[in-house]
Amino acid sequence: MSDERKLLEVSDLKQYFPVAGSRDVVHAVDGVSFHINKGETFGLVGESGCGKTTTGRSILRLTEPTSGRIVFDGDVLFDSQTGEKAKMLPYRRRMQIVFQDPYASLDPRMTVGDIVGEPMDIHKLFSNKEERQARILELLSHVGLNSEHANRYPHEFSGGQRQRVGIARALAVDPEFIVCDEPVSALDVSIQAQVVNMFEDLQRELGLTYLFIAHDLSIVNHISDRIGVMYLGHLVEVASSDELIFHSAHPYTKSLISAVPIADPKTARKSKRIVLEGDVPSPVNPPSGCPFRTRCPYQTEVCSQSMPELAEIAPGHQAACHHIDKVGE
Amino acid sequence: MSEPWLVNIQHEKLSFFTPAGEVKALNDVTIQMKPGEVLGIVGESGSGKSVTAYSIMGLTADNGRIVGGSVEFNGHQIDKLSEVEMRKIRGKEVSIIFQDPMTSLNPVYTIGNQIGEAIRLHTDKKGDEVKQRCIELLSLVGINEPEKRLKQYPHELSGGMRQRVVIAMALACEPKLLIADEPTTALDVTIQAQILELMQDLQKRLGMGIIMITHDLGVVASMCDRIAVMYAGEIVEYGEVDDIFYNPKHEYTRGLIASIPKFYEQEYERLVPIEGQPVDLLNPPAGCPFAPRCKACMKVCLNQKPERMDFSERHYARCWLNVKAAMESNQ
Repeated sequence: MSDERKLLEVSDLKQYFPVAGSRDVVHAVDGVSFHINKGETFGLVGESGCGKTTTGRSILRLTEPTSGRIVFDGDVLFDSQTGEKAKMLPYRRRMQIVFQDPYASLDPRMTVGDIVGEPMDIHKLFSNKEERQARILELLSHVGLNSEHANRYPHEFSGGQRQRVGIARALAVDPEFIVCDEPVSALDVSIQAQVVNMFEDLQRELGLTYLFIAHDLSIVNHISDRIGVMYLGHLVEVASSDELIFHSAHPYTKSLISAVPIADPKTARKSKRIVLEGDVPSPVNPPSGCPFRTRCPYQTEVCSQSMPELAEIAPGHQAACHHIDKVGE
Repeated sequence: MSEPWLVNIQHEKLSFFTPAGEVKALNDVTIQMKPGEVLGIVGESGSGKSVTAYSIMGLTADNGRIVGGSVEFNGHQIDKLSEVEMRKIRGKEVSIIFQDPMTSLNPVYTIGNQIGEAIRLHTDKKGDEVKQRCIELLSLVGINEPEKRLKQYPHELSGGMRQRVVIAMALACEPKLLIADEPTTALDVTIQAQILELMQDLQKRLGMGIIMITHDLGVVASMCDRIAVMYAGEIVEYGEVDDIFYNPKHEYTRGLIASIPKFYEQEYERLVPIEGQPVDLLNPPAGCPFAPRCKACMKVCLNQKPERMDFSERHYARCWLNVKAAMESNQ
């Protein structure tokens, strides 16, 4: 894989947050490395609190990373070793985000037209009002809304329509890369499919690259080319989506896959759930060694002593586990 | 039928009277359930699935009223009972688990106190007996060190643990019917698997009936015997799990199934969404409520409500397409 294909490269990204009133820190993201190729969709899955959203936000430097290195299209955005910190404004044009909650992420006092127009105002992307208006209408039609919607306020829209407004706003600056942070989780099933299809269409038409964050493995599997599985701030497995579903290697990934409720009674009756014991440990005091060892059926002494490396086990397939060979099919 | 129904809802109509007008939340809903049956109610938000189940418990918001039909549960005529009589049934014969365990537990009382409440109210157990029963219940739902947990407060437990406590509370008096309103939606996938496994196991052991309200077809596929698909306050299709998944007779059911990704499919298949937006119950359409979003909509669908058509003893749907198909095959 040549470097020119990589749009984004993240190395050893760490994001710690202080706990108010104590000296503890939350290890939200604890040494995550991956890359995203141009034009592909990289899915990030994991349970709540595993650091997937924080990873997405740190990449855009919406929160300043604690350490690590972020390279976007050959330019270093952040490097804690050399102390390099790029000025973000020009990059904000190229990297955008769509948030999870379409109710909280739109200003209730702005019209939809102004919400979509604001990024263009900031980046001065038009020379006169007519041009701005024309571009707003073009964007709205791109996401399946029409011109009369431009003068309305967010509360007049349903959840699915609001999410479309959020997407139109992200597209306003013609980005190359969009972080989609659980963009369909808050939507009804029938509306989810509309929005997922729209993401796919936009990607094809505009050549976008996505980081698609979600907890729903079946949606992530559907939309992604490659998937990374996170647990307690660590990436435990990365593979192409088919490889991950059919040849998962990490015990956590296996249990995650088996826990997906299958909407097919015959398959559901046959399949055996691997039910994990207990809960996710606190990221304030993560376990020593492998983060998953407290719930892992394969854990041995070595798991508590050292953190397993994310190592290549097949071409393009990485997993972080001391007992890869023992974890049966 | 010799065996009495556990739940027998006949042509229930329920409306909420709001300043904006009458919202017809339920429109001619009929549900019959035998003891020990697991019924799934699926549908989008606002389709009336929770309202249906809550009306069995007499838990309708103040501005809501049953305006037609009857609701019968375990021999009680629910729509005729007073609040005092209702309280004797709630928590004893029928209980409920809500979506978010944090909001259904009281943060200022201990776990033991809250589980014990139902036992003290509905049985003559006292003191140590109540405590013993609480410990028994907590171990039943798979909570370790139950004695220690009794003295803890809800905030000291994780989400999955809290939901287990809520289930323990609901089971305190061995109800005949458990209503589970999106019991796993607020939980993570691996915790969801734990809770579903637990509910299935308890259902088998205690033989209670369950109404599972969810928007997730995956959850009903693995858990339920029968499914009611609701849309805009109506049951548009009802049948055995396999009928619904492999032989759906309503366009909405077909749409729902096509709009979720197939998990174990190596070939990429584009999702088929249901276009349009859910209906506004303040101004429901005159004909079939799904007609404005239906791909196969005909003229008659817009003006006239489709009648119920039975395909087998326990499978029916309301869709004009079936009537059309039947007429064509008769000719």
